[in-house]
Amino acid sequence: MTHVVIVGAGPAGLAAAEHALAAGADVTVLDQADVPGGQYHRGASHRFEALLSRCTWWPESTVWALEGKRVHVLRGPADGTNRRRHTLEPDALVLATGAHDRVLPFPGWQLPGVFTAGAAQALAKGERVAVGQRVLVAGAGPFLLPVAASLLDIGAGVRAVLEANPVRTVLSGWSWRAAAHVGKLNELVHYAGKLARHRVPYLLGRAVVEARGDDRVREAVTARVRADWSVVPGTERTYRVDALCVGHGFAGQPELAVAAGCVLDGGFVRVGLDQRTSVPGVFAAGEITGIGGAVAAAAEGAIAGWAAAGRTPGRALLERRDHARAFARRLAAAHPIGAAWPGWLREDTVVCRCEETTYGDLKSAAADPATPGPHALKLGTRAGLGPCQGRMCGAAVAELCGGAERHHRPIAQPIRLGELAEPKENP
Amino acid sequence: MSEPIAITVDGETVTGLAGQTVAGVLLAAGRLSWRRTRSGAPRGVFCGIGACFDCLLTVNGVADVRACRRRAADGDEIRTQSREEGA
Repeated sequence: MTHVVIVGAGPAGLAAAEHALAAGADVTVLDQADVPGGQYHRGASHRFEALLSRCTWWPESTVWALEGKRVHVLRGPADGTNRRRHTLEPDALVLATGAHDRVLPFPGWQLPGVFTAGAAQALAKGERVAVGQRVLVAGAGPFLLPVAASLLDIGAGVRAVLEANPVRTVLSGWSWRAAAHVGKLNELVHYAGKLARHRVPYLLGRAVVEARGDDRVREAVTARVRADWSVVPGTERTYRVDALCVGHGFAGQPELAVAAGCVLDGGFVRVGLDQRTSVPGVFAAGEITGIGGAVAAAAEGAIAGWAAAGRTPGRALLERRDHARAFARRLAAAHPIGAAWPGWLREDTVVCRCEETTYGDLKSAAADPATPGPHALKLGTRAGLGPCQGRMCGAAVAELCGGAERHHRPIAQPIRLGELAEPKENP
Repeated sequence: MSEPIAITVDGETVTGLAGQTVAGVLLAAGRLSWRRTRSGAPRGVFCGIGACFDCLLTVNGVADVRACRRRAADGDEIRTQSREEGA
């Protein structure tokens, strides 16, 4: 029987598991979390018990390296010691590792109390914790709406939701027919109604350009921005806040695909019609192939699971994915990142949060003829060399310095030296 | 997620609910930061899903644990940390 290993138990990975099973494969599903569902189905893990009872389900499993299709796994509590070490040798591998928020830097974004939109959502949905009582939600993209709704659901006060793109950009991408087609219209109406009932303004063409505070965020400075996100002088407004939630879209987590040797396009894994990557036997689905949301991720996962089990995906599966992807492309066009965002930065603005590399550091290094190329730039400024290995700053540093983002991280997930040295395999 | 648990943070008792992460317990208790960078700047949760490594702390003597990824267990002994200590 074909053994399919699926990394990631979010919408893409779970759909892959369901379809690989249906195609007759023996399926193993791994996830770092101790419950299935990923970021999207947070708090709804019970829905997947029946599906996972037919798979080998490994929660709390960190894949830290791949050699081709050979999967190196540590099992046990996150970042613990003495996790159990395993190696899997599947016939096919489906990578469904998802995405995290992308946040553009701005002065003060490193202050405690500034969260990604996804963090606010995770804490609200997963733990019933409100990040604050006077919260401003800002950035770009439709995800800001469910984040604000989740905050309202747990009793947090939301001051406003700010979308940086102007109304005409947003409307150019949203199509009611397409939204209705993929079932997104009800969601949108639900969120809009919730904001209206709580009298939370949704303002377009306005961005957070600075967070202020000493030991924590206390004020958020917003400004009107043009279509390219350049600040309109004199339009600044200061909100008193106890939390600020920011998201400018998402970045895929392609580390394992890179480790497997898969070819990327612009930071996303390149896949064929049946979600096949450039590496034989390795498939990719969901946000690592392009940001598209849960519906597109599940549609891709279904194809990946079916194909990984050795079957040819039918027209219905392919059409479902293509519709979802087309809608995702429209949404991306409706919520682009404006090219003039670096205008928010000052010389002393932290860009690399881990190493506290400033915009001034980066500019002078990029202008220095002695540091050509991303490698010398990293070594010279330490940008991207801290614990997160460029996950947070990589795209911004690349854009500010005129290079391409490097996604290669030799260890895809942190592993303790003792664990690396421990030769003993678990059966 | 309803059973109360108690952990200590730098020796001080903080209560939370079973099922919460260490980050969730600390935030619910009103603590916003528990790490200092090399420059001494305070940091806490940023990404909330294990990507940014801003929320590192020491759990039962083991340093550099992501507070947002680790489920809190009753009796956990948490210590805040600085970059120098964790290095």
